[in-house]
Amino acid sequence: MSSTQHSSPPPRASLSARRVRTAWWLVAPLMVVLAMVAGWPLGRTLWFGLTDAHLSRLAEAHFIGLDNFIGEQGVLFDPAWWQSVLNTTVFALLSVSLETVLGLGVALMLNHPSRMRTLLRATVLVPWAIPTVVSAKMWSWMLHDQFGIVNHVLLSMGLIDSPLAWTADPSLSLFTIVLVDVWKTTPFMALLILAALQMVPQDCLEAAKVDGVPPWRVFRRITLPLIMPGVAVAMIFRMLDALRVFDVIYVMTSNSRDTKSMSIYVREQLIDFQMVGRGSAAATLLFLMIALATITHLALTRSQREEASA
Amino acid sequence: MTHSAAPIHRPLSHKPWSALLRLFLSAVLIVVSVFPLLYAVSTSFKKGSGLFNPELIPSQPTLDNYLGLFRDQPFGTNLLNSAMVSGGAVALTLCLSLLAAWSLGRVKFRGRGVLMLTILGVSMFPQVAVLSGMYELIRFLGLYDSLGALWISNLIITLPFTVWVLVTFVAQLPKELEEAAMMDGVGVFTLIFRIFLPLLWPALVATGLLAFIASWNEFLFALTFTLSTEQRTVPVAIALISGSSGGFELPWGSIMAASVIVTLPLVLLVVYFQRLIVSGLTAGAVKG
Repeated sequence: MSSTQHSSPPPRASLSARRVRTAWWLVAPLMVVLAMVAGWPLGRTLWFGLTDAHLSRLAEAHFIGLDNFIGEQGVLFDPAWWQSVLNTTVFALLSVSLETVLGLGVALMLNHPSRMRTLLRATVLVPWAIPTVVSAKMWSWMLHDQFGIVNHVLLSMGLIDSPLAWTADPSLSLFTIVLVDVWKTTPFMALLILAALQMVPQDCLEAAKVDGVPPWRVFRRITLPLIMPGVAVAMIFRMLDALRVFDVIYVMTSNSRDTKSMSIYVREQLIDFQMVGRGSAAATLLFLMIALATITHLALTRSQREEASA
Repeated sequence: MTHSAAPIHRPLSHKPWSALLRLFLSAVLIVVSVFPLLYAVSTSFKKGSGLFNPELIPSQPTLDNYLGLFRDQPFGTNLLNSAMVSGGAVALTLCLSLLAAWSLGRVKFRGRGVLMLTILGVSMFPQVAVLSGMYELIRFLGLYDSLGALWISNLIITLPFTVWVLVTFVAQLPKELEEAAMMDGVGVFTLIFRIFLPLLWPALVATGLLAFIASWNEFLFALTFTLSTEQRTVPVAIALISGSSGGFELPWGSIMAASVIVTLPLVLLVVYFQRLIVSGLTAGAVKG
């Protein structure tokens, strides 16, 4: 550790060099663990995607090139894969846009000073605190086609003539899953947007108010532009999360074709069909899509940042 | 509020209908947020044909669903598993990230930005992308169908955001503190554990809670890396509860009882620590 201490003349430099070395030592355990639990498995998955690996004999995997992707049985020629891509995309776009709009509304309510604010914030956090598996089960029960309370209420109000099969009807099931996800995740969105709202300088709003600008215009022209960067970050977070959706779909509709997401497809190939090669190839595609989305986002925000600073 | 600033507009912002609308929306928000949980509680006390009656207060409340969970199923073991998996994951995560937080938050070194981006990247990539590689690793370590498998795999989820949030907090601590400590010739471990640690308590509690909740709720890895009923965590147990009588319909009473048992502690924790949790959630996202 002290070998370089007497070599470089200025003592400050050697001090900071030592500091940097200590810093590396302290980061090392974290990096080793991350390499072991994330880097290595990811690398193996990418490799398995190029082999004919089978779950029961992983060690005997043979390299078969891109067969899992573009071979006769390749993922890219599997209609079920493309169905899952479509399902996931629809799910992600619908749920994130609904969550953003509702989250903005909830955040505005939470930002309004009132005696109920603490109570509101606490109750809004309840759906977020409930495990996804549990919220999926709760809603499956409430939306049960025969005994569910939702159908019961809708029927007694005369809004529908016959019970709806929320999770079984192919034209409804994806929509139902979006609703359950929106119920659970809007609080998260609202909290992130609330944090952005609280950083809006109060004197701007006061000045507009004194000048008699109507509240809607204040919101459109001052608040919205100022919180937009925060909202965008929150949307990206949610988008990346929605693209890998698994729990809620697995519990509510299991392997139904109409709602199968990319993550469900991957796990089905890997575990249920034991086709590790094919499953890993699909996982690779999902990984590439998310990586591409992340990189695009980073590039876009960087150019935005540079524009802002220029 | 600043009524004195704009006396002319005071009546405008206090229109009765706007206050009424706000009250109405608040009520809707509260009902929508809490009703499913209340209905689950209500269902958990119903049995037999009572289940098919959507009344909110059961006319013949019964504890059978709760008792049955512990009698007919290893639900107690499942709960213990969940607690051990989450506790272990939190302890490991906090140790590793606390050590790294000083370096990443305080020391300017080459590669720091790349490291932070890598950590952020790990938090973004899909869990299924590591599934086959992780399966192989866990088999290799002989951890398949054991809680150890879940300690390891949950780190992927808990580590990135814990590091990210702790680094944000460490970077905000006053510089003078560290300079004074360095002047006294204090070692880096003393700095981290004796000087930073007491100041970081709120951040540690916040990230610890978030990590606990994340691993308590984790489903994909727990479903894939455990096989026997005795090794399951609660989310997997709940997802796989099926009728013991072999009937067509699921035992909704038991499922709701199990749901209530796993959810209530979380809801209480979250409501009690709401300020801390919100600060932890937003520190990671907004500053990032």
